[in-house]
Formats: sequence, structure tokens, C-alpha cells
Amino acid sequence: MSTPSLPAPAPDVNPETKPFWDATAEGRLLLPRCRDCRAFIWYPRQFCPACGSLDTEWTQACGRGVIFSFTVTRRGQGDYAKAAPYVLAYVELAEGPRMLTNIVDCDVDAVAIGDPVEVVFHDTGAGSALPRFRPAVTAAHE
Amino acid sequence: MSIRGAAFIAGAYEHPERVIPNKSVAQVHAEVAAGALADAGLSFADVDAYYCAGDAPGLGPLSMADYLGLRLAQLDSTDTGGSSYLIHVGHAAAAIQAGKCKVALITLAGLPRQTTARQAAARRVITDLAPETAFETPFGTPVHSLYALCAARHMYEFGTTSEQLAEIRVAAAHHAQYNEHAYLREPVTIADVVNSPLVSDPLHRLDCCVVTDGGGAIVVVAPEVARTLNRTCVKVLGQGEAPKHAENGRLDLVSTGAVWSGPAAFAEAGLTPADIDYASIYDSFTITVLMTLEDLGFCDKGKGGRFVTDGTLQAPHGLLPFNTDGGGLCNNHPANRGGMTKIIEAVRQLRAEANPAVQVPDCGLALVHGTGGTLGTRTGSATLILGRQDA
Repeated sequence: MSTPSLPAPAPDVNPETKPFWDATAEGRLLLPRCRDCRAFIWYPRQFCPACGSLDTEWTQACGRGVIFSFTVTRRGQGDYAKAAPYVLAYVELAEGPRMLTNIVDCDVDAVAIGDPVEVVFHDTGAGSALPRFRPAVTAAHE
Repeated sequence: MSIRGAAFIAGAYEHPERVIPNKSVAQVHAEVAAGALADAGLSFADVDAYYCAGDAPGLGPLSMADYLGLRLAQLDSTDTGGSSYLIHVGHAAAAIQAGKCKVALITLAGLPRQTTARQAAARRVITDLAPETAFETPFGTPVHSLYALCAARHMYEFGTTSEQLAEIRVAAAHHAQYNEHAYLREPVTIADVVNSPLVSDPLHRLDCCVVTDGGGAIVVVAPEVARTLNRTCVKVLGQGEAPKHAENGRLDLVSTGAVWSGPAAFAEAGLTPADIDYASIYDSFTITVLMTLEDLGFCDKGKGGRFVTDGTLQAPHGLLPFNTDGGGLCNNHPANRGGMTKIIEAVRQLRAEANPAVQVPDCGLALVHGTGGTLGTRTGSATLILGRQDA
């Protein structure tokens, strides 16, 4: 895991989501997947909103995606009050889901929609890590 | 069964203040309730239904029902954020039509400008945090950034520009100059808006609404009650509501729930966008307005930037005069919930009681739209169509 320059507030973990956050501490990005309709589920929950099934499993994501949208936050709040400018973004994972995250390890003014990115994990200090994304050298299919 | 004509708005009252340091939230709810009932020519004793949302202190509607001394046959605290009050009107009309009640009071009030210590004490945690929280909040999600994600994607997909978004602020500010109670009354130019500091790219400070204390209330009554009142009433013609969320994590950032709530309301009213003389469009941010106009069918998806250019939204003679009180962008966005004031200005327009400088001539049909929650994650959309008493 890399040392973050952004704050890494610990997420609230409950019994349903504990497998996801335990894996982040190990540098793994898990995606729940429905055993009935095979849809990847986001945000992580043990229920399939696509078909209503309670039969789900945890799979490992490849960790690659592209930037779907982003904003350079100039005025932060709370834990981020002194962190601006920082990039809040939706990354569309190769598996399909669009996840809210930060883009890191780059100039905030050099980010663009469509940029290929790869996951990195930032330790929260509470037994979990935040999945964030940095520019990828090559796109997922290469 | 359609609620077209099933109920009338008989009273409407917007609190005149925008900064209120010396009152409680419950007190402001009571003040706007008293104002709306007086406007209708009714009393608290006449009220048999009450609706409120998360801005009302206490457990749902119970604390305010107690504070106000109400005896009720219907009560509801449906909360979709700022759009709740539009939904309350639709639910009240349906309840009236079903014979459950005759006089429904709906109130909104809050004090977001006052000490946050009071707000923190009021936060109650008797359940889990929302299931999405862990996957959003840790990444630093101020509301202006979440709306900015929508604006950025809209610009990417359709070429929408900051100057086009600015037209929306220019129109609202033009109207606000005539409103003596508006928080901000100075007209602005496109240059003023795009040169204001960025809060989260691509949104500038003037793309954002004001933060104000205060509130408002309306009274919805049965037709037989409306007939007895010495007050011009407004007819409820149609109402639709829909949440919009990520639908399993594949969020569409360029559309709102208006794509569902709008058609439902128009169908119930038997009308189309071309019939609308005045629109109150939820204006938490300029991008909120632009996306909503597309979703409601006033223009095609992606053409909102072009639509708002050249004075389309300006009263009295624009193609679609909007937010003639100055909106949330310039007049009032009390408790960070703008739906009530949207309804109230539409009622003024239909009663021909808006400021003369911005009164739409022969205003017969109005649309009100609310966007609660947060574009960029999950939102509650509601559309309400209103007409004159004889519509």
C-alpha cells in the first residue's frame, strides 16, 4: 500500500461488508457477484439489486478501469477541509460498475474522462484501505 | 384514479426572513403554518391532515402535530429531500379524493445558517449508517463536488458550456432584483458567473444556490372547502414522483428522475410541456435546472444549453419564464430544501400575485419540479402540475 497525501478516513464496517474491507487491507478489490443472474454488484452488498437474489459470492476485480467523470474539488469539507485541490471521480471498472473514488499520483489538472486507471490502496489505519486509482500506463485490454 | 381536480391549494406563505438567529425550528414551522392558514382564511382547528419531512424536529410528524395542537386523520413524513413537499401535495390530493381528510397542512422550516452545535445535537443514530456511506463519504464528497460530476459528464457528452449554465443564474438574478425579501438581489452577467471562483470544477460559486434560514407552508383543501373560501385557489392537476439511483452501480450522470416523474404528472394532467406558461424548476445548482429541463421534455436530451440561451427563462416574455422569485439560486433555499418555495411561487403566478415586473401574462398552467437528495448519487424527483381555480 502506498502512503497517501490525501486523508484516508476509515469507513464504517458492518458484518455484511466486512469481507470487502478485510480484502482492501490485503490490497485486493473484491466485487460481489450474483450467483443467479451473474451481475456484478456495486456498491457491495449481499443482495442483488438487478434480480432480487440473496445468493451472492465475492469475486476479485482486475483493478483496472477508465475515468467516467471527475471533478477537481477546490473547496473541501470535514476530513478534507485542508485537502483541496483533490480529484473526486467515478471510475468505470472493467467489470462494469462505476465506483466513486479519488484519482491520485498525478497532476489534478492533467486528468481527463476516458483515461485508463488502475487501483491502489491507501491504509486507513483501522484495518481497512481505501481503493483509489492512479493513471495506468496501458489500458486494461493491452 | 387521476387526482386531476381532486384538491386545491388554498393557502401559501413563504417566511419573509432569510437569517433567523433567535427562533427555534419548531417555532418557524408554526409561523409559516399560521401564515398559510391565514392566507387561506382557515384556522388550525380546520386542519385534519399534516405533512412534513426531515426538517421537522422529532419523530416524523408527531412532534410538530403535538406542538401545533393538531387533530389529524392523515399524517405523513415522506422524505425525499427538497422535493418532499411536491410529493406531499400529491399524496394529500389522493387522500382528499379518498375521503380521508379535507384540509391538509404542509410545512417546511430550518435554520442551516445557525450554530451547527444545535444541528449536531439533533442528529439521532438509532439505526445503521446508510449502506452506501462507507463507499462514498471516505472519498471526500461535498455536495458541490457530486453535482460537479454531473456537470462534467454533461459537458463531455453534449458540449454544454459554463456560459450556458451561467444563463440560468443570470435569469434567476434578473428576477430576484424585484423581490424585496430575496437573499441576493443584484443582477449578474454571464462573465460574473464564470469568473466567480471555482468550487469544484466545472462549477463556480455562482452556479450554486444560497443557504438561508426560514421556510414556507401551503394548505391543500377539498373542492367543497375551496368553494367556501374567499380566496383564489389553485387546482392540482397532476403529480409524479420517482427516485433515481445507480441501479446497481451503473449511474447515469446526465439524467434525473424527472424522466419518470414528469411524464407521470403530464399524463395525469392531460397536458404536455408546450402547455406550460410558468415553471418553478429546482435550482440547487445551475446544472440541476439544465438537466431537468431536458428530462421534462422542454427540449431534447443534450440540448439544454442551447435551450436556456437568449432569454428563454426570463419573465415576463421568455419562452419558459422560470423561478420568478429569484429561486434557490438568488432568493431562498430554506433548510437546504427548495421544493416548498418552488410551489409557492407557482401559486403566486397562477393567482396573478407575483411581482408585476415578472408576472407572466395570463398565466394559466404551471409546472413545479423538485430534485431532492443529491444528483451524482441518489435523488428523489417530483413533478407537480397546477392550474388556475377554473382549469
